[in-house]
Amino acid sequence: MSGRPSLEGASLGWNGLRLLTLCVYVFMFAPIVVVILLAFNSARTGSFPMEGFSLQWFGKLFDNDSIIAAFETSLILAASSSFLATLLGVMAAIALIRYSFKGKAVISNLLSLPLLMPEVVLGVSLLMFLKFLHQPRSFLLLLLGHTVLSLPYVILVVQARLVGLRQHYEEAAMSLGANRLQTFLDVTLPLISPAIIGGFLFAATLSFDNITATLFWKKPGIETVPTKIFAMLRTSISPEINALGAVMIVITIALPLLGGYVVRRLTRGR
Amino acid sequence: MVRAEYRPFLLLSPALTSLALLLLAPIVFIFVYSFWLRAANGQDIAAFQFGNWQSVLGDSFYWRALWETFVMSALTTIACMVIGYPTAYFLARCRFGNKALLLFLLFLPFWISYIIRTFAWINVLGKSGFVNSVLLSLGIISEPLKLLYNDFSVIMGLVYFQLPYMIINVYVSLDGIDRNLESAARTLGCTPWQTFREVTLPLSLPGLGAGSLLCFVLAAGSFVTPRLLGGTDTLFFSQLIYEAVITQLDWPTGSVLSLLLLASLTIIVAVYNRFMSLSDIYRSFAK
Repeated sequence: MSGRPSLEGASLGWNGLRLLTLCVYVFMFAPIVVVILLAFNSARTGSFPMEGFSLQWFGKLFDNDSIIAAFETSLILAASSSFLATLLGVMAAIALIRYSFKGKAVISNLLSLPLLMPEVVLGVSLLMFLKFLHQPRSFLLLLLGHTVLSLPYVILVVQARLVGLRQHYEEAAMSLGANRLQTFLDVTLPLISPAIIGGFLFAATLSFDNITATLFWKKPGIETVPTKIFAMLRTSISPEINALGAVMIVITIALPLLGGYVVRRLTRGR
Repeated sequence: MVRAEYRPFLLLSPALTSLALLLLAPIVFIFVYSFWLRAANGQDIAAFQFGNWQSVLGDSFYWRALWETFVMSALTTIACMVIGYPTAYFLARCRFGNKALLLFLLFLPFWISYIIRTFAWINVLGKSGFVNSVLLSLGIISEPLKLLYNDFSVIMGLVYFQLPYMIINVYVSLDGIDRNLESAARTLGCTPWQTFREVTLPLSLPGLGAGSLLCFVLAAGSFVTPRLLGGTDTLFFSQLIYEAVITQLDWPTGSVLSLLLLASLTIIVAVYNRFMSLSDIYRSFAK
């Protein structure tokens, strides 16, 4: 490359861009740092100034049964709904990538449509529909609802990974005498497992994170972690919320790091 | 053995069925319900009348709420554009060795729970929050500034949530530009600024468009951010839907309000789709 990139020539402008980018990164991380900082503050108000270092709020957190219960609900919900979403999503993604058929574009758009739909509308309409059918709010409603909310994301993530996969291996296996099922289990599945794990983790995070629709669908008395925080915030910000936030930040950052590591290991192992 | 031409539909049917039952059927249901009659005793009677629609569409309060929601969403989108485009430009063009790490860092907060990232702003902007306590201790102000529970803090929270979406969309389209085009423009006598304005910027518009639509639609449908960070006079449309359905148990009005929000967003998406492709947006989710 001989020509210099356009704005890099004007070094004043380029330094301005660098400064702005730095500010954006500070902006992205500052609120998170503040939450973690305040979680260790010994003051009872949950806000500045920092009065001293203390771990008591974490202790309080683990003594709080309703928070532990919320964690359990969230984990079970995230695991089960992302399992379902991954199952449905992988099947749909395979159909969309590996086959050509009539109406593919329409179906593909239809499957992505919920991405742009306001969650409040989805939440409210499903709630009213089921109440009309005399179905009470239940865990099953949360499970199915979360599955549908994360399904489009799983389909897109898995699709994006499948596009790059060549079909030669499958054709080779079939020509060597493997039947369709054997080919799928022994060749296709190991090849797409990083995509499946990626989709699963994405769906699990979305479900673990979901607040808006969950507020509409949850049974009174049952809380997930986000709705629990939402309820706790109604009074005021307590140091416990900051501690809970800090724990969640650590969990949710560790999880994708771990997931990324596993996926990379699996891909490299081939 | 299933015949080959049915196989894709067999694979698709569980996903399509669940979407149809859990998503499309409820929308059809609220459409039907929006014509039902709300009797004086609070019972809803099956009917076909336009009373609910008339009372919502004829009430300037709802129009003002819709307008304010869209203005706030537009402000959020513009802020994301102004901050996000230059950042994406820097990220796409910098010679920093580990660019993947920079992008990864940008998306790290994305994995953190939405509600935590939202209430974090109470810690930053609140009366005894980070900004006020720093400014007070430096003696720049003598009274805490009122930064929280107003439209400003709502926009702040929304920008915080959506900026990475904007940056990644613009980044992808900037990254895909053939750099020889810019070199050619320079060789032919363009100034750097001209090159940017007449070559780079137009070529990156699809990314900017996709990011903007995404920002706008997500902001206009948001519920938790305005509820946690907004003031008493913050009027977001999704909160009216919540009030109608959950608080007042007025399903017919709730149905009309939901459909009104859905319809106006659909129009915006359709207009966008007329000029740009929606698939750009869907693709950005997979990043």
